[in-house]
Amino acid sequence: MVHPDQVRAAITQALPDARVEVEDLTGGGDHLQVTVVSTAFDGLSRVKQHQLVYGALRSELASEAIHALALQTSTPTA
Amino acid sequence: MDASTKQRIEQLIGSSPVFVFMKGNKLMPQCGFSNNVVQILNALAVPFETFDVLSDMEVRQGIKDFSEWPTIPQVYVNGEFIGGSDILIEMYNSGELREKLAVALA
Repeated sequence: MVHPDQVRAAITQALPDARVEVEDLTGGGDHLQVTVVSTAFDGLSRVKQHQLVYGALRSELASEAIHALALQTSTPTA
Repeated sequence: MDASTKQRIEQLIGSSPVFVFMKGNKLMPQCGFSNNVVQILNALAVPFETFDVLSDMEVRQGIKDFSEWPTIPQVYVNGEFIGGSDILIEMYNSGELREKLAVALA
């Protein structure tokens, strides 16, 4: 399991302008719902947007510290 | 990923216009995210084939390297990786998935 703050920190390290919300769906720290808003997603397909976030969480996902990650990405709306 | 695993994955993806790597099978998905994808494709009444990654550790790991995508399920349309459960839900809700599949299966 990971703490939501760790997830937020890992994502903002990779995407400094990102606004990140992390919700722990079960309280167990391994089923997370994450919403990321960043200008870095501008012009990218959803697959590419999610790959940026997955890249930031590579080690947590590979170790299965995070078992399930529901992810929503978007760019800031003006 | 060794060459034979990669080749098997490519053959699977090419075996059907809509192909899903999932946990479990259509009748008995073994994970809520895999179930989401099956329900969406059933709702759109499109033909699709699946592979149960729980039955094969090499494919289970290999498919993640293949698509640079760390989670299962993974949905391919005409050989192109289009996303996992979250993206499918978004595309279904926006109507984009119905359009994409209509074109792909035309």
